[in-house]
Amino acid sequence: MGRILYELTESIRIAMAQIRANKMRSTLTALGVVIGIVAVTLMGTAIRGIDIGFNNSLAMLGEDVLHVEKWPWITGEDWWKYVNRPVIKPEEATRLSRIIDATPNSELELAVYVHGRGGSVKAGNLSVSGVYIFGTTGEYGRVLTADFTDGRMFNDAENDSARQVCVLGYDVAQALFPGRSSIGNTVMVQGQPFTVIGSLTKQGSFLGLFSFDSQMIMPLSAFRKYFGVRSGNPEIQVKVRDKTRMAQASDELTGDMRRVRGQLPGEPDNFTINTSDAFKEKLDPIKRGIALAGLFVTGLSLFVGAIGIMNITFVSVRERTKEIGTRKALGARRRTILLQFLIEAVSICVVGGTIGLALTYGLCMAVKAAMPAFPLQFSVSLIVVSMVVSVATGVLSGFIPAMGASRLDPVVALRYE
Amino acid sequence: MTPAAPLEARQVRPVGPLVIAIEDVAKLYQMGEETIHALRGVSLNIHRNEYLAIMGPSGSGKSTLMNMLGCLDTPTSGRYEFNGQDVAGMADDELADIRNREIGFVFQTFNLLARSDALRNVELPLIYAGIAPHLRHERARQVLENVGLGNRIHHKPNELSGGQRQRVAIARALVNRPSIILADEPTGNLDSKTGIEILALFEDLYEQGNTLIVVTHEESVARNARRIIRLHDGLIASDGPVN
Ligand SMILES: Nc1ncnc2c1ncn2[C@@H]1O[C@H](COP(=O)(O)OP(=O)(O)OP(=O)(O)O)[C@@H](O)[C@H]1O
Ligand SMILES: [Mg+2]
Repeated sequence: MGRILYELTESIRIAMAQIRANKMRSTLTALGVVIGIVAVTLMGTAIRGIDIGFNNSLAMLGEDVLHVEKWPWITGEDWWKYVNRPVIKPEEATRLSRIIDATPNSELELAVYVHGRGGSVKAGNLSVSGVYIFGTTGEYGRVLTADFTDGRMFNDAENDSARQVCVLGYDVAQALFPGRSSIGNTVMVQGQPFTVIGSLTKQGSFLGLFSFDSQMIMPLSAFRKYFGVRSGNPEIQVKVRDKTRMAQASDELTGDMRRVRGQLPGEPDNFTINTSDAFKEKLDPIKRGIALAGLFVTGLSLFVGAIGIMNITFVSVRERTKEIGTRKALGARRRTILLQFLIEAVSICVVGGTIGLALTYGLCMAVKAAMPAFPLQFSVSLIVVSMVVSVATGVLSGFIPAMGASRLDPVVALRYE
Repeated sequence: MTPAAPLEARQVRPVGPLVIAIEDVAKLYQMGEETIHALRGVSLNIHRNEYLAIMGPSGSGKSTLMNMLGCLDTPTSGRYEFNGQDVAGMADDELADIRNREIGFVFQTFNLLARSDALRNVELPLIYAGIAPHLRHERARQVLENVGLGNRIHHKPNELSGGQRQRVAIARALVNRPSIILADEPTGNLDSKTGIEILALFEDLYEQGNTLIVVTHEESVARNARRIIRLHDGLIASDGPVN
């Protein structure tokens, strides 16, 4: 037992000495492994980053909110199925709320009507375009995921009287009123003045695509008055009591909504309940694509790297044939010689893997510094995966030459010059 | 090169039990169409604490016999017993273990590991014997001291003279306390003065009770031994004490 251990430590020592003596050669040989490990770790960081970014984005959307809409969020060829559905109306939200209140132990908390569209907001000579402007009722304050930095949500009285007040998202407030409070100021939308009564904290963007901070909230009555009832996208947002029971909540909501609409049994739903899960499905093929591309690059570079390492191990065996003969004369068994050259191949791979990991880490840091929103996430499991991949590459590529070395006839090996 | 010490001044120690018994051993090499008879039927007994020289012209089969005796190679035919064990049919790893425990090799070209210091080189057989590190260091250091290199244990081979390198190699051959020490042309790469020093070391080892087998083509080296075997064309031409 001791013998194996001593042979192992001796082999590791020899391998390290060998790499140190041939730094350039070893590094060049390890290049394939370096590239492979960079590919596999970058892929890993990207996928993890997307996952984390996605989960953060879900939190912004409100993980505990169901959206009743005419259109599903993700549509494909089947858009014609939805085009003739009735538009979602404010009364439906009111009736939904009443049903929820009347249901004992309801999974649902409240339903709020939200009607929005894109537009631009001005203040003085400053202007922001591409703002998501929407009208809703005072209860929306309970659905909202952001906090108020300043001010408050409008109340039902202000809504009922179509008061021209609004709440600004972080980016809009910053753009129009840089370095000062927006509260009490007037902004212009559709040529109408609105008084700012609240502003929201920064939330970030959804997957870097859609910013939750570029929004403006106003009373529904005012929205319908100035934007009309036909344009934009009306929906009912329904807050769920327990976000771990979204499926049950969705089922209950479907039943309630069918009641509101008076749909007959057997008739297909003429509305859709959207949840953030819909995006998850959309995201999976993207992640699969990244994984596949990464796997391909990784596989290719590891294959090239493995051939390089096999070659260098053959060279090493040839260079040290006489040493192999000497070791055998002194009592090295086949296993001893096999182990020595395997460990040498594995060591080169591990050196390559470590360099690759360091490169990826540096790259992640650099990207993070330059673009904080870019989804890259370094993790401990990546280190483990890269080391396993490196060792496996070393074993696979070193095996044939190491086997050859272990089977050398000691007489022939000793005679070798 | 080396004048043997005057015969009357040398002690001939009584031999011990039989270590090597070979009987009618032949070794053939197939070179394409041609069959080379490196050994044609050699019989030989070697006892503990003998000092034996093997001589003969180039190509006579000295190295072949040596490799056989050292369990580096197995005979094509014939019988070989080492300490009563049949070696002829042994597998590679069994032979490796015999070499490790029973045989110490000294090569003409020293064959030290270039990147390891003297101590590491001498420790190598002990690693293969599964000896724990602290025991290993201690024993290797002790043997290096015995061959007069106590102050050179951390020198790499390229920091040592030829004679010192061969002493490291001899220490390495001795460190596992083998039954026999095999040396193939041990003075072949040394100048005559250093050669004499190495032969003097061999004399000491013999007097301490070691068994030595030296292959040489130099009469003056062979005359340091107590028994000389002369090979000719794969056969033993003569076998007798030095006189
Ligand atoms: N591996 C081999 N393959 C073929 N022939 C071999 C091999 N080894 C030795 N021989 C042949 O066997 C014969 C004996 O060789 P050996 O090396 O034993 O001679 P030697 O007495 O040691 O010679 P030298 O004094 O030159 O070292 C020679 O004819 C040699 O060519
Ligand atoms: Mg020879």
